[in-house]
Amino acid sequence: MLEIGTAFRAAFNLIVGFDPDLVEIIGLSLQVTLTAVFVACLIGFPLGAVLAVGRFPMRGTLVVLVNALMGLPPVVVGLGVYLMLSRAGPLGVLNLLYTPTAMVIAQVILVTPIIAALTRQVIEDMNLEYDELLRSMGAGRLSQMLTLLWDARYALMTAALAGLGRALAEVGAVMIVGGNINHVTRVMTTAIALETSKGELALALGLGIILMALSIALNATLMGFRRTAERLAYA
Amino acid sequence: MRLPILAATLIITAARVSAAEPFIIVQSTTSTQNSGLYDSILPEFTAASGIAVRVVAVGTGQAIMNARNCDGDVLLVHAKAAEEKFVADGAGVSRSDIMYNDFVIVGPHDDPAGLSDAKTVSKAFDKLESGDFVFTSRGDDSGTHKKEMALWQMAGVDPTQASGTWYRETGSGMGATLNIAIGMNAYAMTDRATWIAFGNKADHKIVFEGDNALFNQYGVILVNGERCPSVKAEEGQAFIDWLLSETGQSAIGAYRRQGQQLFFPNARK
Repeated sequence: MLEIGTAFRAAFNLIVGFDPDLVEIIGLSLQVTLTAVFVACLIGFPLGAVLAVGRFPMRGTLVVLVNALMGLPPVVVGLGVYLMLSRAGPLGVLNLLYTPTAMVIAQVILVTPIIAALTRQVIEDMNLEYDELLRSMGAGRLSQMLTLLWDARYALMTAALAGLGRALAEVGAVMIVGGNINHVTRVMTTAIALETSKGELALALGLGIILMALSIALNATLMGFRRTAERLAYA
Repeated sequence: MRLPILAATLIITAARVSAAEPFIIVQSTTSTQNSGLYDSILPEFTAASGIAVRVVAVGTGQAIMNARNCDGDVLLVHAKAAEEKFVADGAGVSRSDIMYNDFVIVGPHDDPAGLSDAKTVSKAFDKLESGDFVFTSRGDDSGTHKKEMALWQMAGVDPTQASGTWYRETGSGMGATLNIAIGMNAYAMTDRATWIAFGNKADHKIVFEGDNALFNQYGVILVNGERCPSVKAEEGQAFIDWLLSETGQSAIGAYRRQGQQLFFPNARK
């Protein structure tokens, strides 16, 4: 039926031809996803640290909840954000529906629990080892959290990458709140869904190959960044 | 280190949005988008009016729901009864016919159920009732799905009784349903424009066409600005006026895919 070779050729032609639509779509994908993951890190890292180090009632319940939210179905998040941002919804006056900002909001909701849950695990494990030491040095809860977050920075990069993977791959949420509008809210995954629905399977798969390559490039860049940073730290 | 870069992209985005030309949002159907019609005619309208058109292409049912929520300025779909109800409920200002084409039934090239021998679409659907052949339905309250249900009713068959056996409700868009039909060697009903433009036909072909009952009318409606203050009534009306004008109508009629005309303009003069 469909040859994988045709898909690779489609991907190759798109890249080599420097297809302007493709460049635009990749640019928007990166912009939405990186912004969402960045915001999710700003929320998720401290939230994870509080859950790991903090001692307060309902902490266990919260941990279960955040862990469970890692499995939020994107389409449900999309629907929820749609209902909030719709003109008929409570935040309709903001006029954000069908904009990249709406897509960022949806992805922040999707990604934050992943980053927070993974952060909590990393920090909690680390805290088992350092809790006594840090407290004997007279560190308060806040500085204890900050110290652990800093020491765990490379492990937290993996948490951020897990979030990035989720954001880059999901289609359900951005499709609903972005509307897949050409030149405005079309990203890699919604373009793949569109080409599939047009029956242009080779082109759809070609776009998928490019998305994979993009993901590998992003991960490799961050890995290289980490290596360099570690070398500098020990030098 | 990443912070300044991100801040810059955010500012650039904000600037791009605020500096953009005036635009309207059109809630529409997948058939008009997937067939390439909008890509062909919208640049002409934008060049003439300076108004950009942002198309959200979903099933007719979802498009109407989005427009009811005021999330669009213009509704362009193909389910006349539902459109008239939309206007009667005060959600839309008025409805105009804009263009038509027709639905066709596609199936395996050897047509094992012999639908091509049927005189009418009712007779064709009767042949499927035996249950020996799989039919994939949208099952998503889209314009095509509404039409299909009306045709089954006309044939006196209730296929939903057999849902999950020979009658498969995909709950998906037209393209996804066609991909499934081709994967399962099944029959499906689709509008002609989507079929002609569809890239994954494999060995499938049109097995039944031409019954007047398969007529597929598209209508356009301005979302009611009194009910939805956010509606850009002036720009939306300009778009509708253009679609119904001689220029717009001939742009629709001139659109070809593989040498075939996909939509036939029929606005009332």
